[in-house]
Amino acid sequence: MQEFFFSLTWLVPVFPFLAFIIIILFTQKNNKLSHSISIGSMVLSWLLGWGVVFSAITTPHLGEHPFRITIPWFPTGTSTFDIGIWVDPLMAVTLFMVPFVCLMIFIYSVGYMGYGTDEVDPHYSRFFAYIALFATGMLGLVISENLLTLFISWEIMGLCSYLLIGFWFQKNYKDPNKITPRQAGLKAFLVTKVGDLFLMLGILYLYSQAGSLSYADTLFNHEFLKQLASTPALPIFGGWSAASAIAALMFGGAVGKSAQFPLHVWLPDAMEGPTPVSALIHAATMVSAGVFLVARIFPLLNVVVELDHTNPAMGLIAFIGAFTAIFSSLIAVAQKDIKGVLAFSTISQLGYMIAALGIGAYVAGTFHLITHAFFKALLFMGSGSVIIGCHHEQDMMEMGGLKDKMPRTFWTFLAGGLALSGFPLITAGFWSKDEILAHAWHEFLHQGVISWPFFVWLLLTIAAFITAFYTARQISLTFLGKPRGHHAEHAHETPNTMTVPLILLAFFALTLGFVGIPEEIVGQGNNWLHNFIGHEYAATPLSIPIMLLSGSLAIGGLGIGWLVYGRKPLLQGEMDPLEQGMKKIRLGWLYEAMRNKFYFDELYQVIFIQGSIKLAEIFYNFDYKWVVDPFINLIARVSRGISDLLNQFDEKVVDGLVNLTGLSGITLADLSGVTDNKVVDGLVNGIADMTGWVGEKVLSPIQTGKVQNYLLIALISMLAIIGIYLVY
Amino acid sequence: MNFPVLSAITFTPLLLALIVLIIPKSKENWIRWATTILSLIPLALAIYIYIVVQADPGKMHFMEEYSWIPAIDVYYRMGVDGLSAIMLVLTTLLSTLCYYYAIYTIKNRVKEFYFLFLILQVGMSGVFVSLDFIFFYVFWEIGLVPMYLLIGVWGGERRIYASIKFFLYTLAGSMAMLLAIIAVYLETGTFNILEAAAAQPFAGNFVLSAVAFWAFFIAFAIKVPIFPFHTWLPDAHTEAPTTGSVILAGVLLKLGAYGLIRIVLPMFPKPFAYFSYNVPIIPILAVISIVYGALVCMAQWDLKRLIAYSSVSHMGYVTLGISAAAASLALPGGGGPEAVTSAIIGLNGASLQLFTHGIITGGLFFLVGMIYDRTHTRQIKDYGGLGSKLPYYYGIVMVTGFASLGLPGLAGFWSEFFVFRGAFAIMPVYAAIGVLGIVFTAAYILWKIVQFIFLGDFDQEKWDRVTHNAELTDMKTFEKVTMWPLVILMVLIGLYPSLVVRLLNGVSTALFGNF
Repeated sequence: MQEFFFSLTWLVPVFPFLAFIIIILFTQKNNKLSHSISIGSMVLSWLLGWGVVFSAITTPHLGEHPFRITIPWFPTGTSTFDIGIWVDPLMAVTLFMVPFVCLMIFIYSVGYMGYGTDEVDPHYSRFFAYIALFATGMLGLVISENLLTLFISWEIMGLCSYLLIGFWFQKNYKDPNKITPRQAGLKAFLVTKVGDLFLMLGILYLYSQAGSLSYADTLFNHEFLKQLASTPALPIFGGWSAASAIAALMFGGAVGKSAQFPLHVWLPDAMEGPTPVSALIHAATMVSAGVFLVARIFPLLNVVVELDHTNPAMGLIAFIGAFTAIFSSLIAVAQKDIKGVLAFSTISQLGYMIAALGIGAYVAGTFHLITHAFFKALLFMGSGSVIIGCHHEQDMMEMGGLKDKMPRTFWTFLAGGLALSGFPLITAGFWSKDEILAHAWHEFLHQGVISWPFFVWLLLTIAAFITAFYTARQISLTFLGKPRGHHAEHAHETPNTMTVPLILLAFFALTLGFVGIPEEIVGQGNNWLHNFIGHEYAATPLSIPIMLLSGSLAIGGLGIGWLVYGRKPLLQGEMDPLEQGMKKIRLGWLYEAMRNKFYFDELYQVIFIQGSIKLAEIFYNFDYKWVVDPFINLIARVSRGISDLLNQFDEKVVDGLVNLTGLSGITLADLSGVTDNKVVDGLVNGIADMTGWVGEKVLSPIQTGKVQNYLLIALISMLAIIGIYLVY
Repeated sequence: MNFPVLSAITFTPLLLALIVLIIPKSKENWIRWATTILSLIPLALAIYIYIVVQADPGKMHFMEEYSWIPAIDVYYRMGVDGLSAIMLVLTTLLSTLCYYYAIYTIKNRVKEFYFLFLILQVGMSGVFVSLDFIFFYVFWEIGLVPMYLLIGVWGGERRIYASIKFFLYTLAGSMAMLLAIIAVYLETGTFNILEAAAAQPFAGNFVLSAVAFWAFFIAFAIKVPIFPFHTWLPDAHTEAPTTGSVILAGVLLKLGAYGLIRIVLPMFPKPFAYFSYNVPIIPILAVISIVYGALVCMAQWDLKRLIAYSSVSHMGYVTLGISAAAASLALPGGGGPEAVTSAIIGLNGASLQLFTHGIITGGLFFLVGMIYDRTHTRQIKDYGGLGSKLPYYYGIVMVTGFASLGLPGLAGFWSEFFVFRGAFAIMPVYAAIGVLGIVFTAAYILWKIVQFIFLGDFDQEKWDRVTHNAELTDMKTFEKVTMWPLVILMVLIGLYPSLVVRLLNGVSTALFGNF
């Protein structure tokens, strides 16, 4: 039975792919048929996917013996490159999350894109085709057996992200400084492409070392990994091992895709896309692909630790993750756009996962990846529901008082918010975040204060507090108090197609954490998640003080947030109390910086965008106006001068050669009004007749001189070569 | 004696040209349709060759050999292996599509147009099947004249300048090649390409072999074109008629690279390796072509000029792949079997790029021609917001554009990936610089082409002003028919690269088996 499901795994991404093809080619005109095909294909993927997941869960020792089938794809010299599928625990837990979240979002999109209303999107069918293609990419990435198909799926998601962010490609804003969807799509594509270059280089590096990209031959071949960890890397990496260098390069891809500092700038703008897209791509699945990649290559990171006890690449990963987590949580606090807060919150949470993997907390990082996908999809879809309910108002300052007008949205959003804050015991986010902090604490006790784990622990703990605070701020501003704008005044609850997915996701956002409760609490050997995916790594020991600390930080952050924003809700036109407070203690500049995302967009605009445009112009002028082409023309002129001299010196040679230039004269003949006949006749009957005429006409324009020159030069050099030949 | 398939595929267009001559000038439609339909014969033959060669792509098939000019040992000598077979498919396919597209777009001098174009096809096909230097050279030159006239007669405003520049530039290359051919003949006593390569001319004398190598290399580099020999290309493309641009980008540029793979690499492996590895001039030029070409694209506001420069950039991948393969021969200690595999993959990538760039950039030039025929402007800034007005056209441009920027799942990705795979193992620095081209390519395609032309709001007033009230119609049937074969190939090769790579891999493996 398990084998049966495993061998059908390849079909999981095929269903949505077929849906994409069918919708794009045939059913674009029929909205109902299109969304039915799209959702239908996702139902099939989901059922089959969960079939695979439950088969994987019930297969003993899957971690030691992953399931693998491959078929040849293309030849490489005397060998072939094979593609296939790979079923292991990491794949199984991700496959639990992806098709279900996708399906929820597909259903939600029916309502969000206005099906059956007057506001139905003009490209409704196309939307469902694109999200189906996206699901193909994400599912393909999860089931891949090698890094090349992973990379291909990765790029297909990049394409879909581009298409979907820019989905409303006609949209313009009155404010010329506000980024339009089409610009945001382009920005996302190009910024992530920079990361992808590193990923591609990492893959090429690994490929050239291993001669294969198959997981079985590389990431899960311990002998090879050990050899790679003792091979020195290319000189540019200093004294690193090849394993560290490859992992660091591939991590570059994750930095782009998972929007980590310094490539985080695209994700906030990606919120210009329709909200289901934000939920699907920019919160739950695609951005987690970066984390998935780092988890995938974890053996490559770990083997260096095994040999050397330390891995510089992991230090890099831990630093980037922890820094991103706190940096973007600070920005989130000062955002006014309901999706803007969530965008930075996503970046921050992805930072948690990356940091976790960077300190070796493989299970905790993966755990948070899965729980976050559920509660962040929920939050995004909740915010989408708010946006639809408020007639496309996104500014939280214009909201307020939606609790009673949109009860289902409120209660599910609250569940998601509590999970994000890590509210103790009853939310999934608590268990996964706590495990990361506990792992960092535990490692720090081993390694001392001057170590990455301490850095990670400190930053993530502070970030946890800020997270709870901005969550309370968001919920208070949106749902509590009285409406501050007329859109909020007339808000209404959204249709069932939108709220039912919210309720289902809320269920998982609260309960999913129970699969990974530390065994000190549930009994020896009962931490199911660790047993399933992390059997080869030591479990993170429970630390009661840390658990108490993170629990009280969550409650404290929520409480202080409520005190500031919820107890006495904001009135219309009132300034954000945090802004007021910070201005009072002369930190207004910091608040401005936070609200302006620490000015990274402006900085990059000047350095990279305008820089490369300038460089392009300089190169073009170099090419066409200053150097290359003028140089060619100079050669032509000089050689014409020489030939004029020679012309006088030896008319006979030139005369002979002029005949050959007759060919080039035909066009001129044509220009001068010679009739059609002569062109063809000239070719067919011979060019001789025209030569006299051409010789006269052609000698004057600059260009024709060149033919003779080249032929002369040719003749001379031929003699020279024969001369050299005879001498040698 | 077997049916001379190669003579047939080469000279059928010549026969068609004669038929075109016989048909009276007034029967324009006869000329158009007869050429288009009969040109399916060489296309069918090419597909037949493609199928037969599958059996053993590394060997020469359908060999034909007749003494031609006995006095100087010149033979009528033809043969195809996997690489030539692929190039024949490309040539015949694009030619047929051009004949078909021209039915609806070439309105003046129809007879002359088809006559010249058919002669051009003879030249291109001949290059890909010739196994004798003189024979090769003759075909090489045959292609030159019709292309020159196609630009000069049916071209844009600056067609005279562009056509003469094209002609002289490539003629200069031809001269260098002729000299080198004579030198090789004097050394080896044969014009047979395979025998001459086997004899390794000037192998004992590095200086002479380097001189001969550079003579060939420059001749082919001009055609490819490799920086700094590329400035003829933007002018030629900009002024050429649509079909001329298609065939120029689609096939003529490939002649140069084909020459590098078929002649230079087997015949002068030592100098090629030396100038790729020890004194890495060639990879440096390749990387400059890639990155510089892509950056220059970003500064273009003329659509055709932009795509012309994109060819410089994309053909840089070809050069990089070939030079990586060559460099593997100079690796200390021979590099071992891993290096050979990398070299083969790199060379596969370069050869594959010839085909994929042919269909992708050929497609892009068709697409530019289609919009130009409606608006008569090539200025990118004149457009805007067409995505919602021309959804079909927009869709096809998107697929072709993404194929061009190397999106995985479409054809262009594979050639780039293979080239970088080969190059990274052998010369990681150049590969690492070269990948920068990928980002710039994405930037100019998505920013310059897609965003400026298709996205945003459509402004009717501006449209009427810049296009003089052109009619805004989506793709017509003949335009769809022209594009679909190319789009299908982009997707098919993207999903299953073996369709082409199997043949190329046979050729590369056989070549590296000989070293």
